[in-house]
Formats: sequence, structure tokens, C-alpha cells
Amino acid sequence: MAYDKFEILKSTAVPLPVENVDTDQIIPARFLKATERIGFGDNLFRDWRYNADNSPKTDFVLNNPIYKGKILVGGKNFGSGSSREHAVWAVYDYGFRCVVSSFFADIFRGNCLNIGVLAVQVSAEFLDKIFTAIKSNPDAELEINLPNQTITLLESGEKESFDINSYKKENMLNGYDDIDYLTKMKAEIQDFAEARPF
Amino acid sequence: MSTTLFDKVWDSHVIRKINDGPDVLFIDRHLIHEVTSPVAFLGLKSRHNTVLYPNRTFATADHNTPTINQHLPVEDPLSANQLKALEQNAAEYGITHWGLGHQKNGIVHVVGPENGITLPGATIVCGDSHTSTHGAFGAVAFGIGTSEVEMVLSSQCIMQPKPKKMRINVNGKLGFGVTPKDVALFLISKLSASGATGYFVEYAGDVFKNMSMEGRMTVCNLSIEMGARGGIIAPDEKTFNYVEGRLFTPKGAAWDKAMVYWKTLKTDADAVFDKEITFDANEIEPMITYGTNPGMGTSISSYIPKAESVEGGVASYRKSLEYMGFHEGDKMIGKKVDFVFLGSCTNGRIEDFRAFASIVKGRKKADNITAWLVPGSHDVEAKIKEEGLLDIFTAAGFELREPGCSACLAMNDDKVPPGKVAVSTSNRNFEGRQGPGSRTLLASPLVAAATAVTGVLTDPRTLL
Repeated sequence: MAYDKFEILKSTAVPLPVENVDTDQIIPARFLKATERIGFGDNLFRDWRYNADNSPKTDFVLNNPIYKGKILVGGKNFGSGSSREHAVWAVYDYGFRCVVSSFFADIFRGNCLNIGVLAVQVSAEFLDKIFTAIKSNPDAELEINLPNQTITLLESGEKESFDINSYKKENMLNGYDDIDYLTKMKAEIQDFAEARPF
Repeated sequence: MSTTLFDKVWDSHVIRKINDGPDVLFIDRHLIHEVTSPVAFLGLKSRHNTVLYPNRTFATADHNTPTINQHLPVEDPLSANQLKALEQNAAEYGITHWGLGHQKNGIVHVVGPENGITLPGATIVCGDSHTSTHGAFGAVAFGIGTSEVEMVLSSQCIMQPKPKKMRINVNGKLGFGVTPKDVALFLISKLSASGATGYFVEYAGDVFKNMSMEGRMTVCNLSIEMGARGGIIAPDEKTFNYVEGRLFTPKGAAWDKAMVYWKTLKTDADAVFDKEITFDANEIEPMITYGTNPGMGTSISSYIPKAESVEGGVASYRKSLEYMGFHEGDKMIGKKVDFVFLGSCTNGRIEDFRAFASIVKGRKKADNITAWLVPGSHDVEAKIKEEGLLDIFTAAGFELREPGCSACLAMNDDKVPPGKVAVSTSNRNFEGRQGPGSRTLLASPLVAAATAVTGVLTDPRTLL
């Protein structure tokens, strides 16, 4: 499924200053039973967001109307645990297009890029600055500039650059995905497969 | 140039290297299950693609399956729907499928090795992070997302940058009552839940050399819990003996040819790793976790560390202990436990059931404990019966359930209730992992058994 193009995103952000946010928190296993990619946003952070009787937990950030936007900012080691792409589908379906953290788990980061959610890794210091800025002004905007590979706190102008390999960057800018690429390699793949010993 | 075992396997599967981008990696074996494959098949259909090599993909139902009354229709309509989707997709594309009730059915990372799908020197992927298990055979094996499942179905390739390389050496001899699970939990506690992120880990040294294949699977399985993409152990005679003669293992001339290749699969003496760490086996004791990520572990005889003494954020650490209902400085031994789970792709093999039996034999299950003993596959279940272990369990007041992932991730009815404490041989102690509000202590089958008969967290060395 090729996805939306990503160039420059200017938005307020939702802060989640918790470390080691694992994919079981992002989407608990009991919500993985769909056979289509529909409705996962409703269960994003289900058990942090709702009580057992389905009433909202008022102290959780997604239930606080002063925080909104297309950018989710999480603590260190975001997305650890299971390989479930459903976690990223939930993040996307809820309305986020970018996740910012000082450190991502590998599979989560790969899954993000594969469906067009930009995972932006910043320094621990810059992450602190973002959390501080949002805390003092929930309407503070961030700008994610993919062509220039920069993330900027628009109020103060403080910015940092982030890494993304040029292949994935091209994909994100154009809305291509890996299957588009691999489809063109079919003959080469078949030649390789024939020579495999098992 | 000197290369590592990981380089040898990875590099020999690269079809194309993209400048400042990923490698196009050919995948020899692809395992699928009911939870992470349906959307991949939908994607395949929507693009009018087909499965390029159906004989390289193998399907088993495991994640959401019930572990009792498997002969009856699955009650949960959503689970039943996923199982049906897997069956239909496998049939439509000609993929081998071991559904519920099939004699070969079981947890994907248990049935792969049992049936010779897992081979040294192969690349193996599955939409499940514990695919790292298969690294025990000298394979490059790791978990992938559903987009990548679709890539493998349609092109037998994925696109990933090559990870960095780490070697972890553990030398010496493991102490009494110390199991492969304890080795893994020890390493994760030392490196943290993110300490190996970005790396592929080779395990080397006396301890892994002397470990059984099943023990190696347990260790490689848990590689992901320190953030590693995967773990790998050089294949040796033990590996070849395990693999030989299984259902999908190469036979005859193909076997001989494969053996020539497999014997080259080792790290060269002067190969360099991006990171190398060494431990001594005598540092390792039976382990237990006390928090909400697998890095929050300690030797069973010690106390919960103070927030100031651990790396990382104090607030996140305290939030974790609060969830568990524990306090800094608490002694772990003697903690009251409600549930014991023996099973999962980490510890659901025959050696795990033998270890559990070695302690419960001649004893009785404690009244306050609900125990779930769940074999990793029907093959494991059959061995439990053949070896007389079932009789030992029955005499001690335990019941054996049918195979599946079960309470490891609680997608079926095997859920630990809110606030209850489970000693579990599985792989994750995340909040709510074993059911909303559940509290998980990860441990070896020996610790699980000792706890099951006493009703409180118990050092197995006192009962062995």
C-alpha cells in the first residue's frame, strides 16, 4: 500500500514523557484480531486511555483536550517489544504522521517508515527541550522538514537535524514503498532464488 | 577479509545493495501465523500480486488459539475469523498450513525447528519479534512487520539496512539450578531492554557451546528483549544432529552439499565486532524480573534496586514498580504468587517440561496457585506423554493444556486477572501483557515449578 507523501509538517504535539513505551501499551494484543487495517486508532494506548469500564482516564494525555496535533513525542526506547505493525497503524489511524523520541526500537521504526509515519530521532537534550516547550505552552508548534532533515521548535527557533537514509527519504517524499521497488526486481530475484541451495 | 558468522549469512543473501539505503535481502524461509498475515494478503490482492514462492512460506495457527477443547469450534468470533483467513489464504496460494487440530500444529518458533524448516545459514523471517529464536541454528532470523510480510509473499525479499554486530561471550560453567533462561535474563538485566538495539548479537563462549539446542533457542529467542534484531550461535555437531532427518531438512545429496556449506559457518578468528562484551558464568544465578520490561531483572535472592541506582529515568522506574505493587528494597523471595505459566516460544519445549517435572515430582501444587502448563506443539505434547511427565504432573495436581501461545500474550482466554501476580516462563512482563492489569514475573521453568509447589516466589535450588 503506497502511502501519503511527507514533506513539511507543522503541528502542535502530544507529549508522552514515559520511557520504554512498548507496543503492548500502544495496542494491547487483544485488539489485534482484525483481518483488515481498520479502526486501530480507537484502541491506541487502550489501557492507559480507558478504565476497565471504558470510561476515559482523565489523567492520560490523549484525554486532555489541551494537547493535540499530528506529532507524538515519546520517551526513550519508544516502540519496544512486539513486531506488530498494528501499533503503527493505531498511531496513524489516530491521526499522527510523525513520532519523535530520543531512541526507537528497531522494528517499530522500520514499521513506521514502511507505512509513511516519519520516526524522528533527536538527542536526549532536544527531547527535553520539546517536552519543556510543550509543558509551558501546549500550543507550541514543531516543524518537521523532511527535505532539509530538520526538526524545529517554532517559538524559539531551536532546531536539530535528524537522520534518514536517502532511499527512505525519497520514498517518503514521493509516497513510494518497498513493494514498488521490489516488483521491478522480479527477474533478478528469480535468478538469485534458482541458485539457492535450499 | 575476516568476517563474522552473521556477515557470512547476511552477505550471501544480499541481491542488491542500495547506496545510502537498505540491502535487498533474499529470504529462504518465511513463517506466518493468523495475526500478522491477513492484512499482508489483502495488500497482495489489492496490488494484483501473487505469492512468488509458496513453498518457502509455512503457516501455523498459534497466537489466538484456545488451549482447551481445540476439537470444538473456536468461540471467539474474531479469533475464528483470523484462523479462517489464514486457512483460506494458505489454500488459495498453495502454502503449507498447520491449523488448529493438525498434528503438526504449534507455536511458530517451536514447529519451525521441529520440522526442519529452520536450517543453518538460512535467512528466516516471520511477523513476530521472537523469530530471533531460529538464530540458535546459525540462521539469520528476525521479526518483521506486516508490510514486510507482504514483501516476502510477493517477492521473497525484504529491504533492510544491515545491523551492527555485537558479540556476547559467556565463559565458564553455569552453577547449580541456573538455566539458559537465567543466562538470557541476566544478559538483558546487564544490557537493559534497549542495550542491543541496532545490533545483531552472536553468542559465544563455553556456556553456549555446552548448551543444548533447546537452551540455545531460549537464549536467541530473548535477544529481542534487549533490543537486538536477532541472535545467532555458530552451528556445530549438536546443530547438525538436531536438524538431520526432519520433515523439511534436505536429504541425500542435498544434505551432503548443505553440510559442506554449514561447516563454514563460523566467525573468523580475527573478525571484528562493533561491540564485544564478556561475562563469567559464575556471575549468573537463577533470575527473576520485578518490573514492566525484561531489563528489570535481578538474581532471585536479591532485593529490588533503589531508583537512584538504576540507569534511566527515576519517574518511569517508579511508575513501573507502582504498577507491580512492589517497592524499592523489597525482597523478591517469598512474594505471594497467584498464577504460574509454563510455556511459550521461549520455554515451551520438552526440556522445559522435564525441568518443571524435576521439581514438582512427588510434591503437590500449592492451593493458591492456578497453573497453566501449555506445550509449544503437539510434538512436545506427545513427548510429555511418552516420557511419563504427564503422570508426574497429574499426581502433583497439574493439568496439561493444548498447544499455543496462550498466556504469553493472552489473546485467547488464558488471561491473568487484574492485580494478580504470575510467575511466567514467557518473554515479556509489559503492563497488561498477560491480561489487563496483570503483573508478570519472568523466570525459568525451575523457578516456575518451585513457586507452583510452594505458592510463593521460591529459589529452585532449595528444592532440587
